[in-house]
Amino acid sequence: MIRALKLHRIAPGASVQDRGRVGYRAFGVSTGGAADPLALAEGAALLAQSTDCAALELPGSGGVFEATAALRIALTGAPMRVALDGVPLVWNASHAMPAGARLEIGGATSGSYGYLHVGGGFDLPQQLGSRSAHLAAGIGAVVQAGDTLPIAEDRGQAVGFCLPLDNRFDGGILRLIQSFQTDLFEAATRERFTDTPFSRDARANRMGMRLDSEGEGFATSVGLNILSESILPGDIQITGDGTPYLLLWESQTTGGYPRIATVIPADLPRAVQTPAGGVLRFRFVTRDEALEAERKRRDHLRALPKLRTPLVRDPSQIRDLLRYQLISGVTAGDSQDEEE
Amino acid sequence: MTADTTSLFEPVIRPAGLNGVLVSFGDALSEPGNRAALAFAEAVARDGIDGVEDCAPSLVSVFVQFDPLHLGLDALTARLTDLLAERDWYAAPMPDGRRFIRVPTVYGTDLAPQLEEAAQAAGLSVSDAISQLSDARVRVQTIGFAPGQPYLGLLPDAWDIPRQTALTKAVPGGALVVAIRQFVLFSGSSPTGWRHIGQTHLKLFRPASDAPFFLRPGDEVQFVHVTPDELARHANDPDGGAVIEAIR
Repeated sequence: MIRALKLHRIAPGASVQDRGRVGYRAFGVSTGGAADPLALAEGAALLAQSTDCAALELPGSGGVFEATAALRIALTGAPMRVALDGVPLVWNASHAMPAGARLEIGGATSGSYGYLHVGGGFDLPQQLGSRSAHLAAGIGAVVQAGDTLPIAEDRGQAVGFCLPLDNRFDGGILRLIQSFQTDLFEAATRERFTDTPFSRDARANRMGMRLDSEGEGFATSVGLNILSESILPGDIQITGDGTPYLLLWESQTTGGYPRIATVIPADLPRAVQTPAGGVLRFRFVTRDEALEAERKRRDHLRALPKLRTPLVRDPSQIRDLLRYQLISGVTAGDSQDEEE
Repeated sequence: MTADTTSLFEPVIRPAGLNGVLVSFGDALSEPGNRAALAFAEAVARDGIDGVEDCAPSLVSVFVQFDPLHLGLDALTARLTDLLAERDWYAAPMPDGRRFIRVPTVYGTDLAPQLEEAAQAAGLSVSDAISQLSDARVRVQTIGFAPGQPYLGLLPDAWDIPRQTALTKAVPGGALVVAIRQFVLFSGSSPTGWRHIGQTHLKLFRPASDAPFFLRPGDEVQFVHVTPDELARHANDPDGGAVIEAIR
């Protein structure tokens, strides 16, 4: 039997994502890949499989899914209401999904991007060395209701594990390091930038997010006459009217708007997961502090398989959980209709 | 000429975020600076520095991506400084295998509605604008922004016109736009601050093909003036009727 996942309903903008493409910058193709790479790694750890496996990225809400064969699944990233054949499932955990079972994933309770992983990974053809849809580049496309996504052979068996849910889903402080255009901005402007609380605008996608604030913008005196230069994920560009945009993994590869600073890689998952209206603040750190944060980030990624623990099944807790989740599950269905 | 340009700008190496450096060969667009960027990017790629992950030229600079936990910024900077000292990069030859490509292009009409406005900004009549743009043999200075998308230049002085203050919401793929003595030819539909003066049927990015990117830095291009009827004949040709010859 063909191993696949049927999509009966799906959130707008959902797409298959892996770690993206490195090495095509000279051709104008940015890395792309999962908006929250940490969530991708958590899914791989929960299913004890390679971090190269592709998952389904769910922006804001999920959908309704059916397995054509018995599958292992894992749910990571922004926590969403979820039930398998009506029975609530724990988020940030792996589960068995029998053939014919119906998986319903509702809206995110916090954060932005949820991920549905399957044992073996989604088996889409690779283009330029990756299975990721690169929406801005026109490589691949968003998935649609009615699609059936093929799944590669699954050699693993582990299910029923969970990882601690962290707190990166409600905005917070993002650490910055200086970049080559930082000193195009006056010291007073940079200071005001780090003193300002920003709210993530509703206008956000895999390329970047607009940051709103009270008061005047953050324009530089050099205006719009600088040369187009390479862009890194995490760069904060200031457009002509002084509005900051945080550029993400799927951004354009070059750009002519000046960039005030770069968010360090360790804080990009928090940045990406900040929901619309979430509050973000920025703080400059030294290069040494940024390197230390990078070491910790990689240590954490390496430690993920050891951090997973078996899901505890305490019957009394499950009954309570069930009643609570069933009620909220009904609500989730209603709100999803509104969203779609 | 080479000695002059070298004395004008000493290459500088600056960190770009945590895991990149930018090697700049100018603070404004110049032919020698572009030549230097293309050749130096190739040299960095060939050098195979352990810890370097990606390397890409832009107009007059080279972006080098590296693993900062594997290769220190100081060590990378030292190696790049040595490479810079190896030759006069501003006088480096262009990449091998360059081609001269003539691309059928409609100027103006409803296919490219900003020709008149751009001609006015350049202080030219519409017919003079068309002949200047159509006669210009421009070079691909870099590929960037979007997949396979070229920046081309330099155009005659009259075309040193600014970007628009407001963005055009969308130009289609194959759109030829102009500003600051350069063309950009769009690989897909995109918003832009540049003025849309010509339209082609060239498909710059073919993701399913073995050769997904049509243009390479160093290629030379002429956007030859044709009628809308003539262009329409190339609608189903991914090359958009382009005629390609090798540069020897």
